[in-house]
Amino acid sequence: MFTRRTMLGALGAVAMLGASVPAMAQETYVALISKGFQHQFWQAVKAGADKAAAELGVTVTFEGPDTEAQVDRQIDMLAAALAKKPAAIGFAALDSQAAIPLLQQAKDAGIPVVAFDSGVESDIPVSTASTDNIAAAALAADKMAELIGGEGKIALVVHDQTSRTGIDRRDGFVNRMKEAYPKIEIVSIQYGGGDHLQSTEITKSILQANPDLKGIFGANEGSAIGVVNGARELNRQLVIIGYDSGAQQKQAIRDGLMAGAITQNPVGIGYETVVAAVKAAKGEGVEKSIDTGFFYYDKSNIDDPEIAAVLYD
Amino acid sequence: MTTAVSQPGAASGPRLSGAHHRLLAFASLIVLVVGFSLASPNFMQTSNVIAILQATSVNGVLAIAATLVIITGGIDLSVGTLMTFCAVIAGVVLTYWGLPLPFGIAAAILAGAAAGLCSGTFVAKLKVPPFIATLGMMLILKGLSLVISGTRPIYFNETPGFTQIAQGSIVGRIIPAVPLPNGVLILFLVAIVVSFILSKTALGRYTFALGSNEEAVRLSGVNTERWKIAVYALAGSICGVAGLLIASRLNSAQPALGQGYELDAIAAVVIGGTSLSGGRGTILGTLIGALIMSVLANGLRILSVAQEWQTVVTGSIIILAVYVDMLRRRKL
Repeated sequence: MFTRRTMLGALGAVAMLGASVPAMAQETYVALISKGFQHQFWQAVKAGADKAAAELGVTVTFEGPDTEAQVDRQIDMLAAALAKKPAAIGFAALDSQAAIPLLQQAKDAGIPVVAFDSGVESDIPVSTASTDNIAAAALAADKMAELIGGEGKIALVVHDQTSRTGIDRRDGFVNRMKEAYPKIEIVSIQYGGGDHLQSTEITKSILQANPDLKGIFGANEGSAIGVVNGARELNRQLVIIGYDSGAQQKQAIRDGLMAGAITQNPVGIGYETVVAAVKAAKGEGVEKSIDTGFFYYDKSNIDDPEIAAVLYD
Repeated sequence: MTTAVSQPGAASGPRLSGAHHRLLAFASLIVLVVGFSLASPNFMQTSNVIAILQATSVNGVLAIAATLVIITGGIDLSVGTLMTFCAVIAGVVLTYWGLPLPFGIAAAILAGAAAGLCSGTFVAKLKVPPFIATLGMMLILKGLSLVISGTRPIYFNETPGFTQIAQGSIVGRIIPAVPLPNGVLILFLVAIVVSFILSKTALGRYTFALGSNEEAVRLSGVNTERWKIAVYALAGSICGVAGLLIASRLNSAQPALGQGYELDAIAAVVIGGTSLSGGRGTILGTLIGALIMSVLANGLRILSVAQEWQTVVTGSIIILAVYVDMLRRRKL
């Protein structure tokens, strides 16, 4: 009785899901496996991918693990994507080495791989669509130096010390400071996992420890929001420079809590990845490296069409 | 409602009701597999079936560890980060110290047993509730993994044989058409060994007895503290096996990974019919529960169901599975 009921229920669920699946028998199908899914940044990458898919008349799926620590979950997603026999795969590796066996499998099956965002450290991808994070973080350092008058104490709140973006943004910022601004002292570099709350607590402890701190660089969306929250909770005035966008960060810039932020072009990353993937699937040549660009934005240019187009909520 | 199906169960007591549940879980698994196969031709293919089994291996082994503790009426929230801790220990022994492979394997399993011993001691001797003791251990181990590894992944490139633990295929060498990864064999092996321990040894009998009526066991002169510690230590060493599996699969010990995995393991356990109140449960049920979880995850991906809906479906299945189980037990 219950067995039958469960079976019927489960069958019903599967049938419902089956019905919701787009028919993709003849269409070109591109599977994108990203590093994340829930953050607005990834949703903007997805929006760019969907835009390209609509223009090119191809089907795109977009998936990513819940947190950037879940390397094995991402591998499982890649395995499932391969089983669907896509025309091409877009992949942003959490850990390049861990993904090599599956990427090799894709290569052997003749499925071209386009790397995006942090890329893949391997020669399997035919192309990589990403931001030059080192140059972008150096620009953030220049802006910070300018805003605090070229001297004083500053700190960094970074999302993590293991990912390519975390390392590049930290090093890009720190190295630029050391080279160009000897009077600026970096007193602390802390890691908050890109988590708003954790980054808030970190910021508060940095501010408590350094009453004369002049500025903080938050190296991704979650870190930057955390820095803003921490400074607001302690009612401290300082120069905050963020990274990426999102509704809260944009609001903080409009309100003057945050001086400005670096924005990548996530929509462009998603768009270029799909365009390159479709080209590669057709056997057309693609550039090995696609620079998707970055901008510095603040109160003065946040509404410029060029900037507004790459910001997301 | 209680028709012919439940009568044999009522006649021969709780033993058969466990079998009954396994049948139910197994039927759900079959339904899912058939449903996904009908919905997509890409589902039922050797390579995808192998991908599903491989995705089950780590969660399956963790769920077996969690089953042991749950049968005693406890809960182990530290299985995920303990797995990571053991992987990091293997990384230190093999990559940092450069010792041969068997030492790494032994170190991971011993580290797991030692951590389990700690949790067991907190629970049994210090009377800290299992939820709190293992929550503490979860955080301690998470932190230690980051400290020991220097918050960087440790790669096993110096130990080429290491990736073979999970990724190699002994079966594939004999039957080239079925490259079943060793990790899956290890999962089955662990399941068989733990099933044997539960059904044929004193440790197994006390595991169930502790969960059914600990006080009665204690009053009958059994040293319940020691047996309980032994169960946690065994569960810990199984987490060590899971640590080896995930590290081998990723060719690296990823120190930041692990938190949240305990919930997937516990979900597999309850879908498999093990009672969270203790005293009842089977390894076969847990194995089926873990398979249901990964078949669902894989199948929904194959069908290109939007990711946000995948989690909704998985959550619903967990509640449905446990609800049906309770309904059945009330009727018996």
